[in-house]
Amino acid sequence: MEQYNTMAKINLNKLDLEFKNRVAEQPGGEGLKACFSCKACTAVCPIQPLDKRYDPRKIIRMVLLGMKEQVLRSDFIWLCSSCYSCQEICPQNVRFTEVMYAIKNLAAQEACIPPGLTAQRSLLRKHGRLYEVGEFENEKRLKFGLPPIVEHPEDFEKLLPDQPVSARLINTADV
Amino acid sequence: MEALLYLGCTVPIRNLNYEVSARLAAKALGITFRDLEEFGCCGFPLKSLNVEDTLVTAARNLALAEREDLDICALCNACAGTLNEVAHQVRTRPEIREKINQRLRPIGLHVEGKVKVRNFMRLLWEEIGVEGIRKAVTRPLEGVMLAPHYGCHYLKPSELNVGFDSPDTPRTLSEMISATGAEVVNYPSLLDCCGGGLLGMSEEVANAMAARKLADVSKTGAHALVLVCPFCNVMYEGQQKKIAKATGLDLKTPVVYYPQVLGLALGMTSEQLGFKLNRIKPTSLLKMVEG
Repeated sequence: MEQYNTMAKINLNKLDLEFKNRVAEQPGGEGLKACFSCKACTAVCPIQPLDKRYDPRKIIRMVLLGMKEQVLRSDFIWLCSSCYSCQEICPQNVRFTEVMYAIKNLAAQEACIPPGLTAQRSLLRKHGRLYEVGEFENEKRLKFGLPPIVEHPEDFEKLLPDQPVSARLINTADV
Repeated sequence: MEALLYLGCTVPIRNLNYEVSARLAAKALGITFRDLEEFGCCGFPLKSLNVEDTLVTAARNLALAEREDLDICALCNACAGTLNEVAHQVRTRPEIREKINQRLRPIGLHVEGKVKVRNFMRLLWEEIGVEGIRKAVTRPLEGVMLAPHYGCHYLKPSELNVGFDSPDTPRTLSEMISATGAEVVNYPSLLDCCGGGLLGMSEEVANAMAARKLADVSKTGAHALVLVCPFCNVMYEGQQKKIAKATGLDLKTPVVYYPQVLGLALGMTSEQLGFKLNRIKPTSLLKMVEG
């Protein structure tokens, strides 16, 4: 995956002016354009001091500018820990944790998905759970007097499309 | 009171000490947990790939609970947070409810948003209360020093926790620790995120996030770090050895689940409460309590 070079010049002809609208149309992306760049999100983000590439305010600016490729093909967008600190502090109700999900959902539609997540999804679709449950697990549970776990995978193939990508999603703003 | 116990994926496979102690403590306090075999994943692991998949996966569980006409109690913070968030959306956003129900139809389910979702701590706080816990304690954990760790999804997004706890100055876990007779130890990084959410993406960054709290807690002399989430547990217990090696810190901080210490205070034995599954043995804590 490409790295975003903070020193590189931005080629205006390569910007995608529709990108911000696409992010804003994703579920959770609606608050994006309300950002006034105060940087409170970056100040409270626990990831940013440890990996400078993950900078909430900068990611918002990149999206607003239309730097689609640099955002969706980066690996840093997957570094959000989903701690909601940015969302809690934002004076503009951008809901940045949800905006990050919107960005990652778009990246997934462009097939830029970390392999671990695809593997998790396949497991989930097959077993209805993140871990396959077999005799070993249930014997251990029995030793502690716990009831067996029974997989009910039958619903999940019908519930989840076989690919993680789906068409236009519904809007989930204003919870 | 009665509730459906939602175990999620991780707790019933990897954290039997949490499950067994929560069931025992709940029973002793007059909470009846019912199991629902059909419960599946909460949907949280799908959210990065497709938010709508999370909505329907969570809603499947909500619909199953509605059929039983019982509220949900979840042990894992991420499960509780996700189910609560989706229940809220189903209740307040008719267009989302309709879309979800379209996708639930092929599996014969329908969701209205009638069930309430709480994590185990909120259930204790609201149904039993600090006083209720204090009155039920038969073996106060005198002299035991415990450091609380809430976890992000216990407190945030705060809009889903109105009337429960504050994301900036949380108190519920601390007060429920106090109710067992133990002393609550405060430390600077109380509100830190464990980093579990990105362990699969960058182990280095995740470990660095967890390291600060482990260093702080080990300095306080607390007998254990008390938590309620299996993902936080992966970081603070599962990764502790690696973190100690990477940072050069001398870490041997026992990590326990709240219902384990509650169970001790209610007179149960460490064996009943699954302490043998705790990977960093809280030896001095158990010695003080059980002799």
